[in-house]
Amino acid sequence: MSVASRARKYQPRTVPEGQQATSAMIASLEAEGYDTVAAPFGNALADLAKTDERIVGLSADLSKYTDLHVFAKAHPDRFYQMGMAEQQLMAAAAGLAHEGFIPFATTYAVFASRRAYDFVSQAISEEGLPVKICCALPGLTSGYGPSHQATEDIAIFRGLPGLAIVDPCDATDVAQMVPELVAHDGPVYARLLRGQVANVLQKHKPDYQFKLGKAQMIREGKDVLVVSSGIMTMRALDAADDLAAEGIDVAVLHCPTIKPLDTETILAEASKGRLLVVAENHTRIGGLGEAIAAACLTAGVTPTFRQIGLPDAFLEAGALPTLHDMYGISRRAVATQIKGWL
Amino acid sequence: MNIGLSSDRRSNVSLARRAYNIRRKAIQMGEVQGQGYVGQALGVADVLAVSFFHAAEYRPEDPEWEGRDRYLLSIGHYAIAFYAALIEAGILPEEELPTYGMDDSRMPMSGMASYTPGMEMSGGSLGLGLGIAVGRAMGLKRKGSSALVFNLMSDGELGEGSTWEAAMSAAHHGLDNLICIVDFNNQQADGASTRMLSSEPVDKKFEAFGWFVQRVDGNDIDALVAAFDAARGHDKPQPRVIICDTVMCKGVPFLESREITHFVRVEADEWQKALAVLDEEAPK
Repeated sequence: MSVASRARKYQPRTVPEGQQATSAMIASLEAEGYDTVAAPFGNALADLAKTDERIVGLSADLSKYTDLHVFAKAHPDRFYQMGMAEQQLMAAAAGLAHEGFIPFATTYAVFASRRAYDFVSQAISEEGLPVKICCALPGLTSGYGPSHQATEDIAIFRGLPGLAIVDPCDATDVAQMVPELVAHDGPVYARLLRGQVANVLQKHKPDYQFKLGKAQMIREGKDVLVVSSGIMTMRALDAADDLAAEGIDVAVLHCPTIKPLDTETILAEASKGRLLVVAENHTRIGGLGEAIAAACLTAGVTPTFRQIGLPDAFLEAGALPTLHDMYGISRRAVATQIKGWL
Repeated sequence: MNIGLSSDRRSNVSLARRAYNIRRKAIQMGEVQGQGYVGQALGVADVLAVSFFHAAEYRPEDPEWEGRDRYLLSIGHYAIAFYAALIEAGILPEEELPTYGMDDSRMPMSGMASYTPGMEMSGGSLGLGLGIAVGRAMGLKRKGSSALVFNLMSDGELGEGSTWEAAMSAAHHGLDNLICIVDFNNQQADGASTRMLSSEPVDKKFEAFGWFVQRVDGNDIDALVAAFDAARGHDKPQPRVIICDTVMCKGVPFLESREITHFVRVEADEWQKALAVLDEEAPK
């Protein structure tokens, strides 16, 4: 039996005038105008571990790429290198939690959600164990293609009873969520931002503090309400600045905890008659958008509703700036979509 | 290591009687539901008797005693056998036996930690136990505890890749406080394990993974006692596995000779017959 080749034909590509040539190795997010903080997750965890002996860290051969290596360096005897074995990573974390420890199990989001799902479900969540699963490369934050793009991790985990889900926006969220994850008596899945992480939220709202389970208004606005999580809050705030110059007043409600959802705050804001746009770095299926749509309809709150998110597709490989534009989650694309809906 | 075990719990005669009692209770539970994994229970009864009355440390009145050995049941559907052992050990009261599998029972058909005292994990999704046992063994070492972790698994679970991730991990981390017991009854859902996805030579595989390996007749109490003692006494910093070749339905010849399946068929009038057969050979 012969099968038609699935490989693409080579097509020479010229870089359009005025654009930079980009490559898949450009892995950093476009975050112009923001200061950055180095390894906020690893540093926050290393600090907290000084006063909390229950904390241990586990990696499946990705400590350098999740910033857990900072913790490992500070507390070498509390770091477990589990090797490239994600099921075992989760199982061992469950076992350590059974013995009273608070394990931070770290890998990439694709591997935790796809490869190790049964272990997250049965070994961790069904037992209600306080394992904190912290994963880099959430949504479209890698140009490597579908193997590394966790476009459906939230959809996979939202159905799992008892597992809290956090999608932080910036260095403040990442650093401040660490003690809140520890204080939360149960399992958590948190999306990580690693390396040089932008400081976004306090630039827009200087007194901003992360609170697990709470959505917070970062920017008021009378025409449009964007509810967003993760890096899409940064995109929404930037797009709101651009749209303000055109006389469009956009509110941004940052909702870093996807589950349990802060329906009280969301419904109160969604009831004010503005266009409701949910923006997420995730497939539009099964994520924050659908969660909010269900909450609104159930409560009889029916604003005009639109979603900004990734398509129901395996995404292309390439450079992130190109991909974010292509899939509608760049600053420019977010502004254009919102304007088009008004 | 064995301080606190009574001489009664050391006697081989008594262990045979314990195994008989476990078999009896499992059959009684099977009769409650008219079904159950009694084939596996009868086969593994000797392993459980030696585990609970020779090898493992625990306090029946305090199943969560910090110093206890952690005994994990990875094979959730063996719960019927495990409940029988927990009742025999005094961890579960015998009066609960007739509630097996009923609504509101603490003894559901598949073992879960949230239901049953003495049940250390929720098994059932096969291939989970050994990995969790690795984490618990790491945790006990971290705490400076001398308690052991036992993981009771089936030969079918050897087909799961996660089992071998865990096996590699246990050896890599030098977990000499971990004893894995494989109930090798060569039977899984669709037929003989060795014909589904053969794990043989399983002893050589574990050896190659860095384990201290013993393979014994899992229905020979003296052999089991020796194996558990050797596993405990082994002086190298490596995890230990005891592969126990067992016979499904052991102790009830008319079931042993029946066409053996994963879920052995027992007619309504045969439960009492099975008890009678057991009672004829009841050890002292």
